This record gives sequence, C-alpha cells and structure tokens, in this order.
Amino acid sequence: MHEMAITRSMLNLVLEETAKSSSNRVTMINIVLGEMSGVVDRCVQFYFDFMSRDTPAEGAELNFRKVANQAKCRKCGNVFSPRDIFWSCDKCGSMEIEITAGNELYVESIEVE
Amino acid sequence: MEIKVLKNILNANNQIAEQNRRLLADKSILAVNVMSSPGAGKTTLMLRTAEELKGRARIAVIEGDVSSSIDTEKLIQAGVTAIQINTGGECHLDAGMVNSALLNLPLDELDIVFIENVGNLICPGEFELGEHLKVVVTSTPEGDDKPHKYPLLFTIADAFVVNKTDLMPYVNFDMDGFSQVVKGLNQKAVLFEVCSITGDGIGDWGAWIMKNLDKVRAI
Repeated sequence: MHEMAITRSMLNLVLEETAKSSSNRVTMINIVLGEMSGVVDRCVQFYFDFMSRDTPAEGAELNFRKVANQAKCRKCGNVFSPRDIFWSCDKCGSMEIEITAGNELYVESIEVE
Repeated sequence: MEIKVLKNILNANNQIAEQNRRLLADKSILAVNVMSSPGAGKTTLMLRTAEELKGRARIAVIEGDVSSSIDTEKLIQAGVTAIQINTGGECHLDAGMVNSALLNLPLDELDIVFIENVGNLICPGEFELGEHLKVVVTSTPEGDDKPHKYPLLFTIADAFVVNKTDLMPYVNFDMDGFSQVVKGLNQKAVLFEVCSITGDGIGDWGAWIMKNLDKVRAI
C-alpha cells in the first residue's frame, strides 16, 4: 500500500515537468517498474485516477514498462533471472549473487500537448 | 511532444533525506533505520541496546507506527529519549516525517538516533530517510525464508539482526541456511544473532554500532 505515497510523488514529479514545458495537458506517462520494487501497477492506476482529477495530468495514460529481476553470479559470472524462491545461480548453484536489475522505480518520459 | 524525465519517482523524498543527512552530519549523529516485520522485536531490541550503550553514547529512538504511542511510552518509562510518529495509515516512514521528528529532538545532546520503522518488510525499503545504516531485524519464529520473499530489503541492508535466538529449540529456523542466503545476496552486510530478552549477542551488536559512531565522528 505504499503505492499511495508513490503515486502522489509520481504525479508531483509529472506536474513539475509539465509546468516547465509550459504545456497544460499530459497524455502519456511512461513509468519503469522493477519487479523487486514491490509496486503494483494497478494500485498506482487506481490512486492516479482520482489524484490527477482537475490537474493537467487528468486522463493521461499510464504506461508501465516492467523490468524483470536480474542477477549475476559472483562465482561463474552467469547472468540470469532468479525465478524460484531459491536465489541461486542457475548454472553453478552458487548463492553468491549480485542483483543487477529489478529495483527500478522512475519516470522515463512524459508526452504533453 | 515527448519530454525525457528519467527521474526517480521518490525524488522529492530523497531530497528531504539529503537534508536530514546534512542535519545529522552537522551534529555528528549516527542514524540507524531499523526495519522488520511486526513483532520481530524492534522495540525490545531498542530497550536492550539503550542499556548496552549506557554511558558510552547518548541515544534517542524515533518510533514509527500507524497508530498508538505504546512503544514510545515503554522506552520513556525505561529512561530512553523517544519520540512517536503516527503515520495515520501509511505503511512506512518517509524522510519528511523523520525530519519533523529530528527537529523535535534535543540533537545537541545526542550521539545516535535509531529510527524504528513501521513493521513491514516491503514498503520501508523504498524510502530513504537520510540514515547512515539500514538494519533488518528478523526473528526465529518468522522462519528462515524471509530473504526469498522480500528480497529488496535484504539486498539493501547493512546488517541483519536475527532476534529471539532463545526460541531456536522450539521453532524451525535454519541459521546456517539463512546466513548462507543473506550473505550470498548481500556481501557487505554483517549478521548478528541476538536475544534481546536475555542479552545474548547484544555485546557484538553494540560494538558494531559504536564502531559506526566512531566513523561518523571521524568525518
């Protein structure tokens, strides 16, 4: 349920950028969400729908690009997507892994009119 | 027209976190963000830590809860400086809430501020507070599978405290397995096995906190 705070913050960021561009309508917001960030897109959509009312972002489409978890094995260098609950290298079985993607949480771009 | 933004959604929070960082640096205060699920024993760990550090460091605890001031009252009763934040529904503390709490603490008379986050293993991981250290407390009755279920928190922690080691004979907790998984996921973090009730293992934990306080003072 941290989506409420995250949506509020996202909307403020979008409105700031929109004001800078001196346009008054946002049509699209491109958001990048890592799988591990624990942010649920349909919750963001739900909060956005009422938080954006009477703002230049009202009616804008939210486009979520999901980034899957990715890890690199420190032992053999294998790059893989940890899928099961045991976060070990799918090649050599080592548990010494480094998370290389999956915690993204940012606005990539917006489209304005 | 497309506008490139490429900004973290929590940019506004992170800026306030930076203000907190500067405020803490000005006062040479070490700040520790303590995160866990509800009931892992954060408040009891705080009470035991206050006792352990007595005479060595002046501490305060910022207590984050959705509602009530039960934890703060417990700490104040034990003679620990504490301040309550009620989030009123939010499942985590953010940098703004911590900023208001810091401004209401006697910072000139403190060496360490522990920030006891809202009991939750998901949301607090996203919000920078301006802290020096992130500590994840987990307790043996919760089971050893938490790092698999909540990987974000376990990858960003500086230390793990496994609490309630006195219950090990009664619960299904594989300490070796847990240790192997968290050290694999997170090479920089240190692991402490403690029991906040009996005081087992608290000495090492307290020494680590003091070592980190020395680092902050040396800057």
